[in-house]
Amino acid sequence: MKDLSLHILDIVQNSIRANAGRISVGLNIGDDNFLTLVVNDDGSGMNIEQAARVKDPFFSTRTTRKIGLGVPLLLQKAEQCGGSLSVSSAPGNGTEVRASFLTTHPDCPPMGDIPECAWMLMVSNPDKRLIFNFISASEEWDWDSLQIREALGEVPLSEKSVRASLLNWFQLDFSNFKGNIKT
Amino acid sequence: MTKVKTLADLKRLREELQDKIHVRESGDHPESIVQVKVAMATCGIASGAKDVMVFFMEELEKRGIDSVVTQTGCMGYCYAEPTIEVTLPGHAPLVFGFVDKRKADEIIEKYIKNGELVDGIIPITYQSINESQQEGQI
Repeated sequence: MKDLSLHILDIVQNSIRANAGRISVGLNIGDDNFLTLVVNDDGSGMNIEQAARVKDPFFSTRTTRKIGLGVPLLLQKAEQCGGSLSVSSAPGNGTEVRASFLTTHPDCPPMGDIPECAWMLMVSNPDKRLIFNFISASEEWDWDSLQIREALGEVPLSEKSVRASLLNWFQLDFSNFKGNIKT
Repeated sequence: MTKVKTLADLKRLREELQDKIHVRESGDHPESIVQVKVAMATCGIASGAKDVMVFFMEELEKRGIDSVVTQTGCMGYCYAEPTIEVTLPGHAPLVFGFVDKRKADEIIEKYIKNGELVDGIIPITYQSINESQQEGQI
């Protein structure tokens, strides 16, 4: 994975496969130079055995292949740059994946195109509630696809001018968030 | 056009649009339009499926092709990512492998527009490693 936005796309796919109705993605930058990524869902969750093996690249619930690299790749990336990864889950209670990265570390992954990633997930999963939340030391931004759909009413998210303005909006917010990161 | 920076702006945009748009009926009948599914599991994403998906979303609209582009999971063709599945109305789905932007352009121009087959189709008889192993055990 080239950047954090691709990891987000990937981890969110796990939530979608777990039949989550609400998926929230949080990026939090604190004073300690740690960037924390939290993906939290209300999907089916995992039992103790599955949760214990989720960091194992030779474990997958898929039947099309025997390996599952999504979480292991994120774990590797986090540990490479002085961070860590934890997964908490219980059957019926959803799953939370939490990864942290030291932004001053030379191996810290670039953010990538997070606005495009959020926009794409919302447009291609109109039946899910996707919440993106960014917190910096001084400000907070929120994109909630449920609120967006409510504001739009009968106009679909896939409408051309809606898609374009949504992407512009996200890009503007995100450049403000990025402006708050010390590197 | 309203510049959208908040939810309130979005509501204004909705009012501007309300009169102009007609609700697309094709949305209720996905089998009557071109369907493109982009495989977006770890393998696909790592190979650049995101750019391919954005390309299809933008280009099909620009070229005036009534279509729906969605994400799907891993189809077991990890060696050939990014892979896409194209379903033309009235046709069986076809899976294409190693789809970069150039290949995507070729698929739109030749297959989607004219029904002409292009290189890179993954045959339906292809067996993933799991499938061929299972068969060996029987």
